Parts: sequence; C-alpha cells; structure tokens
Amino acid sequence: MVAKPYFIFALVLLAGEILFGLLMAIQYLFGDFLFPYIPFNVLRMVHTNLLIVLILFGFMGATYYLVPEESERELWSPKLAIITFWVFAVTGVATILGYLFVPYAELTELTFNNLLPTMGREFLEQPLPTKLGIVLVVVSYIVNVTMTVILGRKTVITTVLLTGLFFMAAFFLVAFYVPDNLVLDKFLWWFTIHLWVEATWELILGAILAFVLIKVTGVDREHIDKWLYLIIAMTMISGILGTGHHFFYIGVPDYWLWIGSIASAGEPLPFFFMILFAFTMSKNRKIQHDNEMALTWAKGTAVVSFLGAGVLGFIHTLAPVNMFTHGTQLTAAHGHLSFYGAYIMIIFTIISYAMPIMRGRPHGNCAKAQALELKSFWMMNIGMVGLTLALSTAGVMQILDQRVGTELIGFMESQASIAGVYIVRAAFGVLVLLGLFTYFASFFVKEEPSIQVE
Amino acid sequence: MTERITKSMAKNIYYGGGMFALLIFAGLTFDTVKQIPVRSNEVALSHSVVEGKALWEKNNCVGCHTILGEGAYYAPELGNVFQRRGASDEAAFKAYMLGWMASQPLAIPDRRKMPQFNLSEKEVNSLSDFLIWTSKVDTNEWPPTIEG
Repeated sequence: MVAKPYFIFALVLLAGEILFGLLMAIQYLFGDFLFPYIPFNVLRMVHTNLLIVLILFGFMGATYYLVPEESERELWSPKLAIITFWVFAVTGVATILGYLFVPYAELTELTFNNLLPTMGREFLEQPLPTKLGIVLVVVSYIVNVTMTVILGRKTVITTVLLTGLFFMAAFFLVAFYVPDNLVLDKFLWWFTIHLWVEATWELILGAILAFVLIKVTGVDREHIDKWLYLIIAMTMISGILGTGHHFFYIGVPDYWLWIGSIASAGEPLPFFFMILFAFTMSKNRKIQHDNEMALTWAKGTAVVSFLGAGVLGFIHTLAPVNMFTHGTQLTAAHGHLSFYGAYIMIIFTIISYAMPIMRGRPHGNCAKAQALELKSFWMMNIGMVGLTLALSTAGVMQILDQRVGTELIGFMESQASIAGVYIVRAAFGVLVLLGLFTYFASFFVKEEPSIQVE
Repeated sequence: MTERITKSMAKNIYYGGGMFALLIFAGLTFDTVKQIPVRSNEVALSHSVVEGKALWEKNNCVGCHTILGEGAYYAPELGNVFQRRGASDEAAFKAYMLGWMASQPLAIPDRRKMPQFNLSEKEVNSLSDFLIWTSKVDTNEWPPTIEG
C-alpha cells in the first residue's frame, strides 16, 4: 500500500513540528536559549513549514488510500506515487536542513532567489527549488489521482476531493508572484494562504471525513453525500468571501470591513454541521465497527475544529473586534487550535482507520492498543486546548497592555508581564508531545493472543 | 431539518453558492487591485523602498516581527515604528535605525534577541525608507494606538 509511507512520514514530521514548537516556547521565555545558533525566525519557519508539509503528506496518504477504494480499481500508477513520496521527502528534509544550517540571507543567494524572488514571506519561505519541487510533486499527485478517478467508479467523495486538489494547486501558483508594493503583496499572499486553509483544504477534510464515516458507521452513501454537499456548500459560500476578514487593516479598500465581517460570521456554520454530521451518523450507524478509535477521532475533529476554527475564529473576525486583536497572540491561539482540530485530527482519523487495515488488522487494533490510543487522544486534546487558552489569555493581556486605555506600555514590557502565561503554554505543549509519543506507543502494542490464533 | 433537503438540492447549493461567492470575490478583487495604488501611495514607492522590501524578505524579518499586523508575534509591530521611534521625522528615524541595527544583538541577558544582520549604511537606509513608506499606507486607522 503506497499510503503507508506517507502516513508514517507525516507522523514523524508532526513530532518534529511539536518539538520545534516547544523550542520556540522556551525561547519566548529565555531569549538566549539557542541564540545565536537558531534565531527565533528559523525555529518558527521550521515549525510552520513542517506543519504545512506534514498536512500535505497526510492528505496524499489519505488520497492514495481512499481513491482506489472509492474508484474500485487500483491506483493509476503506484510506482509514480512512491517516486513522488521520495522526491517530496528529500526536498522537504533538504529544505529544513537548509533553514537550520544556512543563514537565511545566504540561503536566498544560494537558491537563485534573485532570479525570481519568492522567499521571506510568512509560510512561503521555501527556496525557489523547493517551491518548484512542490509544484512537481503536486502535479504528479493530481495526475495520478485524476487518472484513477477517471478510469474508475466516480463518487461524490472523489469529485469533491479532486475539486479541492485542483484549486489548491491553482492557488499555490500565486506564491510565485511577489509584487514590489507591500499592500498588493499582502493582498495576493492570502489567495494562497486563506484559500488553502479555509476553502480548498476544507473540501479535502470533508471528503476524508465522509469516507471514514461511511466505512465505520455503514450509513447509506446517499445520506452521507447529502451532508457532505451541505457542509462544503457552507464552507465555500462563507470561506471564499471570508477571505475578507484578513483585509481589514492591510491597506485595501474599506468595503472589506463589511464583507469580511458578514461572510466570516457564517464560517462557524460548516464546522457546526460537521459536528451534527459526525454525531448523527454515529447515532444512526448500521454496523458496529470494532475500530472505535477511528470514529472517536472523526467526532473529535468535528468538535475541536468547531471550537478552534469556528468559535475562536468568529470571536475576532468582526472588524471592530479585530481592530484590537489583529496581530496579537489571539491570532496564534486561533491558528493553533484550528490547524490541530481540522487538519491534524483528520489525519489521525484516517490513519487510525486505515493503518490497522494496512497492517493486516481489518477489525482495527486490539482493545489494549485502542485504550492506549484513547489516552493519547485526550492528552493531545487537553494539551492543545490548554495551550490555546494560555495563548488567548496572553492575547487579551497584550491588548490591555498595548491597545486599551491611557496607561499603555510597549511591546517588550508587555511581553515580560505575560511570561507566567507563557510558562503555562509551554507546559501544555509538553503534554501534547507526550500525547503524541503515547499515540506512537499504541502502534507497538502486541496483538492479543486470541486474535493471533484466528 | 435536513430530511427536507435532498441530495440534489444540496449539490445545487454547493455549486451555485460556490460560484456566486467566487464571482463576487473576483469582482471585488478586480476593484481592490485598482484601488491599491492610491491607498498605498504608490507614487512614493521609490527604488530605495523596493530595495528595502527585498531586504525585509531576504532577512526573513517577518519571522519575528509583524508588519501591518501580519507576521510573527515575537517582536514589535513595525508598520508604525516610524511614528513610534522616529516621531514621524525621517532624518531622526534614519539615524535611530542606523544606531539600532548596529547595536544588535543587545547584551541584555535573556532578553529576546535580534540577530546582527551586517547591513551596510545604504541598506539600513533602504530598510528605513521601506518602513517609512509602509507607515503611510491607509490601513483604516489601524493600529489603535502608537504601541501597535
């Protein structure tokens, strides 16, 4: 199964991502930690780029797993999928090593950034060769999936998935154009960033969730399809115009204050429907699948993405509120819980469902392994919610210090006053990492003897 | 309540609604791109400002700082640093920037550190020009206070 290496690598990268998050949490408190060997911007680049790459690996693994099953035929080219895996893995690792061992300014010179400047923008820091590598990988991935879908049975799930993938590829191309005007630069930058995270990726998320729910609940496909359409309809209507909530204060016209606020008010809806979807399907299930953890993750991703993306997002997407919250730790808080809830947890969902099958356990892992996995589920969830609450508290303190009232203090003083909260944040971060290790351990729990006899 | 909605209705809402949103978005994008030169005072976008923006990117400044509220939250907002540290006086701000950039990293134990980027005087001046230009963008009155 070609999906397996993708899943394993995604999980390894996740461990790296969390580790660098922790290093940042420490540098937040002790500015001399790792300095000058790894300055903060480098830690952050590694942290965020690992996140993006691991989500792409997770999506690819999910796609390579579910598309052949949905299409009722073999993948168009399993060989290409394996080559793509290695190209992506080598590109990714080389890029991270480049960040860590070459000063960024030097890296821009070494990688021909002067020919076509694309570097030094948040989340799109990758050198030109890496960006071209991503294009190559994504194109071969899309070709492979499209051919499989065309040659096989067409389902709503694969159609939605493909739509998501095509738009994702299209919006990435915007990352190759960096205008001299900072305002235009920022405006267009969101076409990649927002329309990935709050539109195309949500289509992919919806498709994966629908697939797993069909498998573990046995609910009629017609019914699942209807829910999927409803959810992604709300996603598209609110999410596309919701891009406007990033356009309040970056120098673009003020009609975005209205458009962004109104459209964003609808953005929690698809996530709320996702909760109804997961819990209704679970209640109406036709089969009692032994892999209970897959369903637990599916419900979890709906609930946590609603909290992180829906609720925390909504709290500060109204323009008058965003006037005060824009560019504070509240943004970071929202970012952490929404990425975790929507994208990391959907990857856990599909891995929890597919991995046991690929390892020759069609009924899921044994009860002991699932019990351990459930423990890791709670450790990571509590850890993420805890660190999100800490960051939210930090954001509110920051606003009160710097932006409200008459006795204002500067950024550095304000940060010093928040140090205690940052310690709490780091502690919850440790819990998340321990939770991930517990999750890893659940892979190595031996099958119970009774099942081995079967 | 979802019982009353059929699959084909849901499908139509998705395609119809999605296209509708996309069209409005495309129309507004077109208008925004037309208005940006005015709102950002593009006539003042000198060669030095462009140079400064390239340096901003080359040194990944956004990896620690925010600019117009976007970036990392490890270091201060720089969209209004011209007003905050230069009191809106170009000569004073440029002099301040030369001194500030040369003295990094500050030798204060466990204070968050800014690396030494070894920029030339001309480069620091370009960076200042870029920040001065940015500070004059019409941002709908953001940030609410001078402390950013």
